[in-house]
Amino acid sequence: MSLVRVTAGSRAHMALRAGTALIVAIVLIAIPFNSNPSLNGNLTLVMSYAVASMGLGLLVGYAGQISLGQGAFFAIGAYAAAAMLAKTGLPYLLALPLAAAVTFAIGLAFGIPAVRVRGLYLALITLALAVAVGPVIKRAEPVTGGVSGLSAPQPPVPGWLAVDPDQWLYLLSLVVTALMLLLAANLTRGSLGRALVAIRDGERAARTSGVHVSRTKALLFAVAGAYAGVGGGLFTYAQGFVAPESFTLLLSFTFLGAVVVGGLGTVIGSVLGALFVVFVPQYAGDVNQALTGVIYGCTLIAVVYLLPGGAAGLLRRLRRLLVDVIEPAPAVPVPEPSPPPEAQRGVHDAVPTSDPAPTGGDPAARGLRP
Amino acid sequence: MERFLQVVVDGIADGSVYAALALALVLIFRSTGVVNFAQGEMAMFATFVAWALADAGVPLLLAVLGALVFAFAAGMVVERLLIRPVEGSNPLSLVIVTLGLFIVVNSAAGWIWGFNIKEFPALFPRGVAEIGNVSLSIESLGIIAVLLVVVGLLWLLFTKTPIGLAMRAAAQSPSSARLVGVPVGRMLMLGWGLASLLGALAGVLVAHRLFLDTNLMAGVLVYSFAGAALGGFDSPIGAVVGSWIIGVTEALAGTYIDVIGSDLKVLVPLGIIFVVLVVRPAGLFGSPEVTRA
Repeated sequence: MSLVRVTAGSRAHMALRAGTALIVAIVLIAIPFNSNPSLNGNLTLVMSYAVASMGLGLLVGYAGQISLGQGAFFAIGAYAAAAMLAKTGLPYLLALPLAAAVTFAIGLAFGIPAVRVRGLYLALITLALAVAVGPVIKRAEPVTGGVSGLSAPQPPVPGWLAVDPDQWLYLLSLVVTALMLLLAANLTRGSLGRALVAIRDGERAARTSGVHVSRTKALLFAVAGAYAGVGGGLFTYAQGFVAPESFTLLLSFTFLGAVVVGGLGTVIGSVLGALFVVFVPQYAGDVNQALTGVIYGCTLIAVVYLLPGGAAGLLRRLRRLLVDVIEPAPAVPVPEPSPPPEAQRGVHDAVPTSDPAPTGGDPAARGLRP
Repeated sequence: MERFLQVVVDGIADGSVYAALALALVLIFRSTGVVNFAQGEMAMFATFVAWALADAGVPLLLAVLGALVFAFAAGMVVERLLIRPVEGSNPLSLVIVTLGLFIVVNSAAGWIWGFNIKEFPALFPRGVAEIGNVSLSIESLGIIAVLLVVVGLLWLLFTKTPIGLAMRAAAQSPSSARLVGVPVGRMLMLGWGLASLLGALAGVLVAHRLFLDTNLMAGVLVYSFAGAALGGFDSPIGAVVGSWIIGVTEALAGTYIDVIGSDLKVLVPLGIIFVVLVVRPAGLFGSPEVTRA
């Protein structure tokens, strides 16, 4: 079937992965120098959305918590960064950690009570947050500039680098996005990731195994908030201006759409999903201005029907056409059922079912995949 | 005191509009387990149909009736074409389908009727009814009366007719219902049609107050969510009472608490549902979720 067959963990496999990563990195760095400022601006916007979606993806895909409040955290992060840039002389790079710290704290304060409720009700509580943020921004005029918005100086191009401002913003966002991606991948592989998957697959079983369920959930809520904050900070960098109308209720829906389109339970999916939610409406607008929403909405529905594993699932299937990764034969045969083939891992696995079946064996074997 | 009563009655009238849409949400949630985020947009579209009919010279009541029939049919079609294929899959897929529908319907309405604000004719005569010293607007009283009639009809439908019984059976236990010969699929379609009709009713009731444009129901939907969540998402009575509480507190807070004013009054019901959901996640009238360990 496939062109190449490698054993997982072998030297050839590692080389293949490193080579792919290198090629992807080179392509991503080369893009801004071979496109136009408007495309670069859009890609920078994609990256700010992607970071926020990554955080939401952790919450939805790994812990099975549906949040509609990610847009609110994105807005808070964007305003925190804008206020710092506009009103203090601090170095502009500090805006991102500041935005992350603010949204982390608010996420924690909100998460501690909110994680008591589940599923639909959590969605409704977070919806309340998403609705509340607009009027509060408009009212808090001394800090936020109210309805008229707030201008923030954009990161200047460093003197030693001969690039245009749009290219610089792209590269800056690329570095931040890559760092956040690595961080998320590490989180999902570490003890937090295992605890999350255990909670998703069976809360009681997780609690019995010593996972502190509510603390883990609240922490994850805060981490998701911090991701939205960093995304919002990147948004402020890219736009140089924030106003309430950039942060409508639809933005929260957009992030959720990006997560689902990208593929639940994958970190890279959020980036693909962000590409979708930024570019599909634009191309739809090119096809027919009046029908933008109709085309966008129909595409969104079609993706749910046709690609239950999301874009990441599609990518994985394509990869399997080229490279076949086989598990190394164990030294001592273990009578353990092999994990299901990845192609069949759709959205279905990624959301908690009411089925209280205990997780079999190591949760990592069931669904952890960066 | 007179002013207080007026504010309360206006609040109940607003709450009654939220209640109609909240009933639609609850109806669908009970039968298909879906939270229909597109409910408000479907209602907005139906309201535009009523406006277009009235604009074309059809008498207002007939136009409203036509819109309700349209909404009923459209709701059934949506269930059959969009929801049935993903039924029983994970809740998130359904959420995304309804969000997609939200965007499609909103954009389609703008494409057909434009994005300008339109004036929707009043369903009730202007003026006030004097009861003692209190003058209450006829429109508010009319809206409340319509809601009460609707709740009564729904109650009759669900408790006194074979079709209502079949619908409840299909919602409660599809497999058992199928075994005793209830056409479950058709009952779900009927439920969606009915919900869509209720939403459309909320739309035509509120369109005169809020003026008609493609964002007509966005705010109402949030309040309806709040009302349904407050009352318990699986309880029709809860949806009505919860929506009334939301409507009244919103009106009172906007009138009497100066800091809040009209722009921040949306925070009051949101704060209430936050507290209620955290303290009692099933809502005031809902049945708590029971899981087997």
